[in-house]
Amino acid sequence: MADRVKVREQEPKVRAKNFEEVCYGYNEEEAVLEATRCLHCKNPQCVKGCPVGLHIPEFIAEVKNKNFEKAIEYIHLDSSLPAICGRVCPQETQCESKCILGIKGEPVSIGKLERFTADYAREHGFTDKVEIKKNGKRVAVVGSGPAGLSCATDLAKLGYEVVIFEALHTAGGVLTYGIPEFRLPKEKVVNAEVENVKKLGVKIETDVIIGKTITIEDLLTVEKFDAVFIGSGAGLPSFMHIPGENSNGVFSANEFLTRANLMKGFRDDYDTPLKVGKKVIVVGGGNVAMDAARTALRLGAETHIVYRRSEQELPARVEEVHHAKEEGVIFDLLTNPVEMIADENDNIKAVKLIKMELGEPDKSGRRRPVEIKGSEYEMECDMVIIALGTTPNPMIPKNTKGLDTDQKGCISHDEETTATSLKGVFVGGDAAIGAATVILAMGAGKKAAVGIDNCLKNK
Amino acid sequence: MFKIVKKRDLAEKLVLFEIEDERLSKVAKPGQFLIVRMDEKGERIPLTICDFDAKKGTVTIVVQEIGVSTKKINAMKEGDYFLDVVGPLGNESDLLELSKDELAKKKVIFIAGGLGAAPVYPQAKYLSENGVKFDVIIGAKSKNLLILEDEFRKLNCNVYICTDDETYGFKGPVTNVLKMLCDGTLADANYVTDDGKTVKGKDACEDTSKKTYNHCVAIGSAVMMKFASLMTKELGIHTIVSMNMLMVDGTGMCGACRLTVGGELKFCCIDGPEFDGHKINYDEVMKRQMQYSTEEGRALLKYNEGDTHHGGCGNCGG
Repeated sequence: MADRVKVREQEPKVRAKNFEEVCYGYNEEEAVLEATRCLHCKNPQCVKGCPVGLHIPEFIAEVKNKNFEKAIEYIHLDSSLPAICGRVCPQETQCESKCILGIKGEPVSIGKLERFTADYAREHGFTDKVEIKKNGKRVAVVGSGPAGLSCATDLAKLGYEVVIFEALHTAGGVLTYGIPEFRLPKEKVVNAEVENVKKLGVKIETDVIIGKTITIEDLLTVEKFDAVFIGSGAGLPSFMHIPGENSNGVFSANEFLTRANLMKGFRDDYDTPLKVGKKVIVVGGGNVAMDAARTALRLGAETHIVYRRSEQELPARVEEVHHAKEEGVIFDLLTNPVEMIADENDNIKAVKLIKMELGEPDKSGRRRPVEIKGSEYEMECDMVIIALGTTPNPMIPKNTKGLDTDQKGCISHDEETTATSLKGVFVGGDAAIGAATVILAMGAGKKAAVGIDNCLKNK
Repeated sequence: MFKIVKKRDLAEKLVLFEIEDERLSKVAKPGQFLIVRMDEKGERIPLTICDFDAKKGTVTIVVQEIGVSTKKINAMKEGDYFLDVVGPLGNESDLLELSKDELAKKKVIFIAGGLGAAPVYPQAKYLSENGVKFDVIIGAKSKNLLILEDEFRKLNCNVYICTDDETYGFKGPVTNVLKMLCDGTLADANYVTDDGKTVKGKDACEDTSKKTYNHCVAIGSAVMMKFASLMTKELGIHTIVSMNMLMVDGTGMCGACRLTVGGELKFCCIDGPEFDGHKINYDEVMKRQMQYSTEEGRALLKYNEGDTHHGGCGNCGG
């Protein structure tokens, strides 16, 4: 079997200084060649690994035959955001992890093929040619992130009139404010995918905060929506609750990334200020930590990732860790901050760290990190970014009578139908399960669309 | 797009805007704030709601010129549009949760410092509309920085003016007036009238009797709220302050607005903006408010001086 076609990327030394996309993706020739590696299994395992059940062998077969328009039609059956998923999905633990070729060699590069097909379709103006028959029913979608966009797409295709309400001034949710330009270009990819959703007739209203500007109750009664889908995403950034954490120069990853991505603070012509440190410590080991570290690095900082477990347990995608290392991010593993130290003006000047070792496995099955007594040391820095995940945003539950939440504060829901404790109200994505991935949120949005359709079609 | 239907210069660098926002005008409550963004490249700026009119479909804000963004905003004219207005954000004032009977038992003193008069106004108006009489101290550095006096005078209240430089009213700061109100010495204190004459408090104010209060709402700079709270703690007056922290989204997502209240980490946007004034770590707040002062200062220099700013001094990094 031929080796996997290598994907071209920007040189690490060059890209560490710019915000251009890291990965160039396949060109036509490379994509066709990679597509020929697919065995077209009768019982394709890859599909089982995909949270939205993409028609993987079918679209790859069309790529192989250079029927790119047909290929995108197969993708559009299940996904409204393929250019995004092709870039940010953790394929190595999903579709590609199930590929038979992966047993002896490298799996088919499904993600890169999806990306190629979506990019090709966009560049050639192939749009989703679904025929929509309006059914006269209306659904409100709260949040324009991956969960909201996928739910809206599926409902629109089923004939529902869909309005998405977005709290921020730009649509896209985490795709816009969270994931950096060098991983997911905003203009070329995110905006284009959002436009595709709009082409299905979906309306997007920005600057509307559901729970505040309009309540869920009003959506159902005053505004006469037949159902509401809550895809409001993750919530409040978690902090460590250690001394000195409120010092100036200590930011949540959410703040740092939002200032950079949504507000374009790194550009001179935008007004939002963005602090740029000379030496930055990022606390955490997930994809958000990698995004924050690589953004700080591009702004000229010596950047360290401080993570309390070992490399094996890093929750970030392998590709992100690999890219971060190539670009020069320094990993200080098995270390954890115990105190943030500020100067007399309350500006951060160092972090006191403690060495960790791995003990017995915890509930998650990962070995629990244990502090090594007396191993504290200080690392100087002028900026700290905390990337330790988020806790659910209480805003919607607090302002919605009868909407139950679980112990963690996530909105309670039926696993199958995604229905909440309130009639006509459904939920999906991070608001329902806590911080996860783009593709899981998309999958949840699709599931909710089915749940909503089943609930409304017999009414 | 949100149209500016009225613009009024209130004082030096303090401008009032009445903006069309049908939805917001119907749901805004005293104590809440909104976020505006002027144009595509502008910052998201949180501002406390000063007034709202559901019939006209408008909300009113007062903008103080501090940096580039606020300078650009204050240069906007009637008929211009804000690209974004979003709200209402934060919780409504505690006063709104009280019944009429409970409200009637409240002896309320509002303390407004500088721009703080804008967020105090809707709460004072709410009490006035509910037939509750109250007192207001409006303070400013100087007479030309005092705002909304006429608006307050139309409400069901006694207005006590003070300025730090004694150009109008009693001698500031606001805590000075609060102290005199509570120990009954206001009547004989000096008061500078509108036309610059110095008279006694009893000749200028209708009511200079010794007061007791059981509820204080103090809004102004962090340092003013700190000292007002220290004094009300001594006087045993329950005190609410409205915090004005740096923010990006205003919905709990960024954590920029975090502060310590009673030893606990709070987010100003979703837990506030109003908090128990006696529990805030003001020193931390003041430092956090200055977080971007260097970047903002640079940007303002660049904006004011244009290309001539780049003198090659190498010092400012701009």
